[in-house]
Amino acid sequence: MLLATAPIALHHYLVVGAILFVCGLVTMLTKRNAIGILMGVELVLNAANVNLVAFNRFTQGATAAGALRLDGQIFAIFVIVLAAAEAAVALAIFLNFYNNFSTIDVERAQNLKG
Amino acid sequence: MVLLAQQPDASTLAAAMFYLFAAGAAASALMVVISRNIVRMAVALMFTLTSVAGLYFTLNAEFLAAVQLVVYAGGTLILIVFGVMLTSKSPFSRFAPRAGEVAAAIAIGGLLLVGLLYGINSIPRGTGRPLETGDAYPLQQLGQALLGDYLIPFELASVLLLVVMIGAAYLAKGRRREHESRET
Repeated sequence: MLLATAPIALHHYLVVGAILFVCGLVTMLTKRNAIGILMGVELVLNAANVNLVAFNRFTQGATAAGALRLDGQIFAIFVIVLAAAEAAVALAIFLNFYNNFSTIDVERAQNLKG
Repeated sequence: MVLLAQQPDASTLAAAMFYLFAAGAAASALMVVISRNIVRMAVALMFTLTSVAGLYFTLNAEFLAAVQLVVYAGGTLILIVFGVMLTSKSPFSRFAPRAGEVAAAIAIGGLLLVGLLYGINSIPRGTGRPLETGDAYPLQQLGQALLGDYLIPFELASVLLLVVMIGAAYLAKGRRREHESRET
């Protein structure tokens, strides 16, 4: 692949982001443990963060003072905040599910099935 | 003739650091997918989060890397491990998905990866600045941006965290108290 010999550029980080995203997606699709699905969500969010910070580093212009603009990094900070909040709520829901069904298997969540 | 040791120039060092963290992140993410044991998945996720923090260090995002290590690897992951410990009945329980689901998921993932790589390939080469130019930005600039241009999302995030704290504490408390009050 030409990427392996080229100097490190935007494409390399985007490839890492793509691999993380696809791994998170397959995790979300194949795991039956609810916390495994949550781990897939975390992987997807990390992939998005890698993309944001990579684009910020390589294509964001400079401010008037010559320093790097930081919009991508601030976006990534907010994504981390939201991911932590969502993990807390998701785990509270999973704890309730476990208390009610005695299992964390999402295949058992069929009460609303038509 | 004294053979001077070749100093690695900045570009090879930058490339080495990138490949180290990128390989760590990709391999750990693959371990998260492949593992059947939930605790092994949590450990692999920890390595993924730490490698991504290393990637942030190579991208001149030092504060973000520190936030990733403290909040993600040291907060959210610990929360996930707590959840794993509180919801596992036996240490060897493993849920196996059906083979058809696994095949379909891998097919979808493969298609998506091919599509993403094709899209990445279509970005013209030479976009952006080379990696080894170091931009030092003072942390002051980040703070001023958070309290200046991004003040509204900052305040909304704090309100969100308050709501999430209350909601999660209420949800996780369980319904035992209601049952007791009904019986008495």
